[in-house]
Amino acid sequence: MSSLPIPQPILHDADAPLLELREVAKRFGSREVLKSISLNIAPGEFLTLLGESGSGKTTLLRLVAGFEQPSAGEIWMSGARLDKLPPYKRRVNTVFQSYALFPHLSVRDNVAYGLRVQGAPKNEIAARVGEAMNMVKMTEFAAARPSRLSGGQQQRVALARALVNRPQLLLLDEPLSALDANLRKEMQSELKSLQREIGIAFLLVTHDQEEAMALSDRIALLRDGALEQVASPREIYTHPATAYTAQFIGQTNLLRGEIRRSIATCGVLRWPLEDADSPALFSVRPEAIRISPDGKRQTHEVKFRGAIRQQIYSGASELLEVDCGSGQLLRVRLPARGPLTGEHDFVFSIADAIRVAD
Amino acid sequence: MYSRAYKTLVSIPPLLWVGFFLLIPYALMFAHSFWLVQNGALVHHWNLSNFQKLLTNPLYAEVLFRTMRIASFVVLCSLLLGYPLAYYLSFHSGARKELLFQLVIVPLWVSYLVRGYAWKTILGSDGVLNGLLQYLHITHAPVGFFLYSPFAVILMLTHIYTPFVFLPIYASLEHIPRPLVEASHDLGAGPVSTFFRVVLPLSMPGLLAGATFAFVLSLGDFLAPLLVGGSSGTMIANIVQTLFGASYDWPLGAAISVCILLITISLLFLTERLEKRWSFK
Repeated sequence: MSSLPIPQPILHDADAPLLELREVAKRFGSREVLKSISLNIAPGEFLTLLGESGSGKTTLLRLVAGFEQPSAGEIWMSGARLDKLPPYKRRVNTVFQSYALFPHLSVRDNVAYGLRVQGAPKNEIAARVGEAMNMVKMTEFAAARPSRLSGGQQQRVALARALVNRPQLLLLDEPLSALDANLRKEMQSELKSLQREIGIAFLLVTHDQEEAMALSDRIALLRDGALEQVASPREIYTHPATAYTAQFIGQTNLLRGEIRRSIATCGVLRWPLEDADSPALFSVRPEAIRISPDGKRQTHEVKFRGAIRQQIYSGASELLEVDCGSGQLLRVRLPARGPLTGEHDFVFSIADAIRVAD
Repeated sequence: MYSRAYKTLVSIPPLLWVGFFLLIPYALMFAHSFWLVQNGALVHHWNLSNFQKLLTNPLYAEVLFRTMRIASFVVLCSLLLGYPLAYYLSFHSGARKELLFQLVIVPLWVSYLVRGYAWKTILGSDGVLNGLLQYLHITHAPVGFFLYSPFAVILMLTHIYTPFVFLPIYASLEHIPRPLVEASHDLGAGPVSTFFRVVLPLSMPGLLAGATFAFVLSLGDFLAPLLVGGSSGTMIANIVQTLFGASYDWPLGAAISVCILLITISLLFLTERLEKRWSFK
């Protein structure tokens, strides 16, 4: 039997969060990198911190790992204060962007590192290291030095080295950014199935919105050190709260206009909308717009006539740039259908015009 | 691409340098060690009598072992001083790093002789150290063994060669990617465990280079024993110096030099093998 402390489910509410960030802030000198972040991670959840470089996403991860101390706020894990503990006393493990494999140790010794420093018995180390290397399909490289491995293989070793310790939460700092596109896609799906299989919570940092969409249960979008929106990939894509979110995740058309007497007006586009009179901003995804074959519209639809300015073919679909009069350009994504020219009637559903904050 | 003539041209200066300052002197030294001096004149007669003398007269072996003992102590002391210094500077000095680094390097700009005489002034019977000890009533008469002893030689050489040990260690510590240290902490290793499992192994090439510097330089040093060593602190280079000077026995001096050279070369060979074993690029 194991003599190591195995993460024990602590007796509290079943839906209590695994990790809680309470108004966490971080300053480096006068630079405010994180501004009062409050965020929870549920046990077994795959949460992604998404943001541009400089948004504070990596700093947030480093606060959870313990490499940085918060300037204000608290971090709790399984009902115990985490931010006062040094990194080597936290039950979280990290997969580093650079992998940070120990160059003087073999793959096997790299994976065994955590168990060795914690003084696990020899036979248990051997069993768990074997299991972890099997899980990431690196058994045949056990004796190799990390420098002999490709980027993708190093990535797997880094994963095994972290997971062998059975953390309650795995932190991943842009783990796939150094891999080429095809391998990245492959590793994404492996990462996702691995997370489902072992059932521990993953906190992933990435700047790649597609990666965030593909992997996450929830996405936390960071902007200039503050949370812009936290929601599931579907929710954040279909109902972006802000213009920034709508533009950062996928492509969109931002329509600036106003609501007056229950009519929304954005340039030449008008549709009925029950809301107080005010200026307004709407997001309409390019794929929400389609060509109306007969020039007619349903009652719940908005119709406009536009001239095609540009057509960009991308295999399954094509992106049109449509001038709907007086220079107002809209992007329309259609299933690939061959070259289009001239003017056409376009429609989109009123429900697809999502009102967003500026 | 560079032309043949150009390549030949640029290779001439280094070849001349190596030829004049390395190959010819060593060839001469090697030849001398197999010649001998008869009636105050050099005789170009090939023989092994110099090496026989070295093996049969215990004086030479004694001084050679003392020299290696002193050099080993210098290595030990300068590692004990230089490693923690380099570690602190590389990992924990923060914004003061540049300044501290310069402070470590500055003594290298001061003449060796000046530093030697400074130690004489500090360690002598009327020196600063004895003065202080008597002022504090720790001792009542000057302590004699501070100066003119192997202790004084070790002290002075340690002072002089610690920067040479510090520099390669510092360089190798600076080359350790910091995420490795974070990864070690992340995997549950505290600061001490991380030092012995990650930092120390990865700084071994620098440590070995520094130790080799200190040992080889101490092995051939003759000024420190001359200034502060006295008769009990005489080292092998002093013997060579005397043989080439006052005793006028160049062949015997050359034979000793060949022995020192062989020791140095085997040492360099060994450390290079060790450094390879500890490098992971």
